[in-house]
Amino acid sequence: MSEPGVIPEDVLAELLPPDEKAEGRAVAVIECHEEIPCDTCRWVCPVKAVIKPAITTPPRCDWDACIGCGTCVLACPGLAIFMVKLDGEWAEVSVPYEFLPVPKRGEVVWALDRVGRRVATAEVVRAVTSKDRTSMVTIRVPRGLAHSVRAILPPEEGTEG
Amino acid sequence: MAHPILEFDRGREVEFNFEGRRIRAFESESIAAALVAEGILTLGWSPKRRRPRGFFCGIGKCSSCLMTVDGVPNVRTCITPVRDGVEVRRQRPLGELPKAPPPEAKAGELDVDLLVIGGGPAGLSAAIEASRLGARVAIADENVRPGGQLIKQTHKFFGSRENYAGVRGIEIARILLRELDGLSATWLTRATVIADYAGRSHDVVVSTPEGPWRIRADAVVVSTGATENMIPFPNNDLPGVMGAGGLQTLMHVFGVVPGESALIVGAGNVGLILAYQLLQAGVDVKAIVEIMPKIGGYAVHAAKVRRMGVPILLRHTLRRAVGRERVEGAEIVRVDESFRPIEGTEERFDVDMIVLAVGLTPSTEVPRQAGAAWDYVPELGGPVPIHDPYLRTSVEGMYVAGDSSGIEEATTAMLEGRVAGAHAAAELGLRPDRAEGVIKEALRQLESFRSGPFSAKVVRGKQRVWERAREVIG
Repeated sequence: MSEPGVIPEDVLAELLPPDEKAEGRAVAVIECHEEIPCDTCRWVCPVKAVIKPAITTPPRCDWDACIGCGTCVLACPGLAIFMVKLDGEWAEVSVPYEFLPVPKRGEVVWALDRVGRRVATAEVVRAVTSKDRTSMVTIRVPRGLAHSVRAILPPEEGTEG
Repeated sequence: MAHPILEFDRGREVEFNFEGRRIRAFESESIAAALVAEGILTLGWSPKRRRPRGFFCGIGKCSSCLMTVDGVPNVRTCITPVRDGVEVRRQRPLGELPKAPPPEAKAGELDVDLLVIGGGPAGLSAAIEASRLGARVAIADENVRPGGQLIKQTHKFFGSRENYAGVRGIEIARILLRELDGLSATWLTRATVIADYAGRSHDVVVSTPEGPWRIRADAVVVSTGATENMIPFPNNDLPGVMGAGGLQTLMHVFGVVPGESALIVGAGNVGLILAYQLLQAGVDVKAIVEIMPKIGGYAVHAAKVRRMGVPILLRHTLRRAVGRERVEGAEIVRVDESFRPIEGTEERFDVDMIVLAVGLTPSTEVPRQAGAAWDYVPELGGPVPIHDPYLRTSVEGMYVAGDSSGIEEATTAMLEGRVAGAHAAAELGLRPDRAEGVIKEALRQLESFRSGPFSAKVVRGKQRVWERAREVIG
């Protein structure tokens, strides 16, 4: 049985972009696989790259159309959308963030995996905050962690982030 | 501590007397919230064993915070605002009726087309639709601040664009209240409906701080929400054991965080969302325990807290709350296939809060008092008034909408409210052609929202209720 709150491996494999789609360009990774009555990602997308035929169909990203703008990362009510950009030995991972303080560019934070394990320290390359107070923080991690890092934690803080 | 989502407008500082002690508070706070903020967690005692009792539901439903205020016993202090110089004392354990007769109260009277009871998402939506169609509407709400539970929901809602998907609950409350502001509804806040004498029209008695009101209405929409469930375990009445909604009220309405560490019981959406909100408030969430073999809420809500390091322990339950005057710990235990505790698997967490997110029960006192037919429907959270798809009950002119018609979500509550409000207005002969369009569209959205597997249970319950409605509603 899979861990609660962690997408099973086989389901996750379907949600991740093939390397060539994310090489040198950021694309959305939508980790939402249940039939939830929600289609926020579909209508916020400026290039209609989110495929979602019915409100309860799990969304898919058309990675060829996705421009990596991050609008859906900031808008998703489930905080279930991330962005990944592969870049040689490195990768940039963007995560939604709703804690204080919002780390600034150049700061070093913990990179956490899907169960909160500190798998690396990472430099913040970008942080933006939407009008409705969700932030998107982009960090640089080794390429091998591109699809396992999904949260950050400021280093000096405990669990509160 | 700053909050990542909320800003608190606490208002002026006030001072009141609590058993001879002067307590400083803010005028925006309830008496109970102000006491909890001071670290006073025992708000009363149980009648027989004199066990300390504390803050639980925060919305005037559980009676755990009854105190004597300015000589008046059994005041629900969680929905009573603090005022300068007010005298508050705990009851040991029951209050005493004042010897002197109450001051002469001037009764208010009102004659409206529609009375909405409860100003949460369902009630606000009903009031908006009915007012738009030209009905004269009054809204009675028990709380100091209107908006129901929306004003505690810091997360963004799911749904479709026309139902505020991607918008935080607190912002939806602002939108609805602003919309209603532009219409001409009459608000009665801190107003508790005592009885609805339903005959050809509705003769409703309402208790307010100024005195009793009598409201005559052609139609009534009951949107009174729900009450948080309690589960049995030793020490479940210790101060520090709180309902999830009660804690949300403290944290998000009053900016009061009554502890440093928490254990949450129940991994449905409420428990999962609350865990995330506790992290945002700086609380150390030790674990979420869930007795079932899988989480009840959405995986995305679970993922949010897992990646921040919060464990979700399936097939685990709370064995007991530990502590004498307040919660000092929680002992959990694993359960077997038949939910029996497995001896030797106990584990203790040092926490000062135990939060129960174990479901809700519809608040149906008003329809039942008025004689509405009801049934026990487990899929909808317990006793619900029988209602048809237009939310009509068996009492002529009485509608029910939102959680009080069956536990569901704020989005469906808003849609049900729109149906009920528009239908009530149409029945009064107010622009029935326009009402029909509103009703049709809201019903379409309801069906779409309920189309997924997560709504299967609710849909089953609703269908049973609608079927019964064909028998009991003329």
